[in-house]
Amino acid sequence: MFKKDLQPGTKSKLKSSVQRSLRGALLSTYPLLTPYIDDVLPKKGSLESMKLPDRNTLYILDGTTPLFYQQDGPGGPVIPHLRLVHRYPQCFPTIRIDRGAIRFVLSGATLMAPGLTSKGGRLPADDADPEDLPEGEEMEQEVDEEGRWSRELKQGEPVVIMAEGKTEACAVGTLAVGTKEVKAKGKGPVVEDAHFLGDGLWRIAVD
Amino acid sequence: MADSEQGDRPSEGRHVIYCGVCTLPPEYCEYGGTVKKCQEWLEANQPEMYAKIWSPEVLEAATAALSVDAQKRAARDAQKKAAKAEAAEAKQNEKLASSTITIKRIERNKKKFVTAVFGLEAFGLDLKKVAKDLGKKFATGSSVTKVPSGGEEIVVQGDVSEELEEFLLEKYKDIPGENIELVDDKKKKKAAAAAAT
Ligand SMILES: [Zn+2]
Repeated sequence: MFKKDLQPGTKSKLKSSVQRSLRGALLSTYPLLTPYIDDVLPKKGSLESMKLPDRNTLYILDGTTPLFYQQDGPGGPVIPHLRLVHRYPQCFPTIRIDRGAIRFVLSGATLMAPGLTSKGGRLPADDADPEDLPEGEEMEQEVDEEGRWSRELKQGEPVVIMAEGKTEACAVGTLAVGTKEVKAKGKGPVVEDAHFLGDGLWRIAVD
Repeated sequence: MADSEQGDRPSEGRHVIYCGVCTLPPEYCEYGGTVKKCQEWLEANQPEMYAKIWSPEVLEAATAALSVDAQKRAARDAQKKAAKAEAAEAKQNEKLASSTITIKRIERNKKKFVTAVFGLEAFGLDLKKVAKDLGKKFATGSSVTKVPSGGEEIVVQGDVSEELEEFLLEKYKDIPGENIELVDDKKKKKAAAAAAT
């Protein structure tokens, strides 16, 4: 999605009502961010938006810190910038690719199922919780020791991509198919158009 | 009330170290085209991390996970990337070597000068920022203006040509001294007048 260098666009300050609704969107997408939300989006902080190509909007805190981008305008999925993922890795559902898939993902290729179903890859365990947790139990999800998320992830859901043998996440994007189907089929594209380490969004100069 | 809020603040999150050369987390430097430089930076700046990431055991584990074919492909890929990065660097150096900055002293009227600087953007400088810095440095007016021939220049009030050259060389080490030329625009009017007759 951001394979090429991005020219920084003009920034515009968000009205506090917009800021509030964005905060709501974040918390409903990433309930695990709840304890940290005042650090991620300080109440006194100034939040700006910047238009990016392909109907994406980047949200920037205090003129310097890219936080999230949103696809397809208001209402579209809010996806964290990788630097934010690195700060709060425990707050975002993950899958893991095997070592061999890393260089493909880092060159902007579509992530294919075999990179996840192989020995070095990780998808939610077969006895994972269903895609939708009962109301009030949204916080009951986490990654296990093996690197498997405790809940099946659904189609269209944003997901962080970890990598075999590495500590930090290497990409983030939305699932083209749910993790259950990935396991059942074992082939086909899983994440298209990811934001990955070293891409235009990673390198964009916002200040 | 205020204290309890402060006391309860959870952490700002982890502080991840990023490579000073390629900007990725250092464990991913191997996928860029600047591996050698990345390694040198890491060894000098984060020796512990360097030892961990580039230890023989880790490297062995990394290659053992790949088939021989995949290893070959990865090596070829790495070579291509390195060549590409080198070519880009050479091109950039060439561009810098052939770019000139002109500092022009312009006589506005008797004893009143302004100094115009042209060509800074070739060195990746943000003209607005530099103009602001210059204004502060020389405690004078300094602004960015459009040039009829295209592009923009910085105009500083007063005759500060030489100090300005010094300032640029000191602050921006990327600019080679021989790429800055000083021009005196004093005789322009006379020359123009001569041409007109
Ligand atoms: Zn590096």
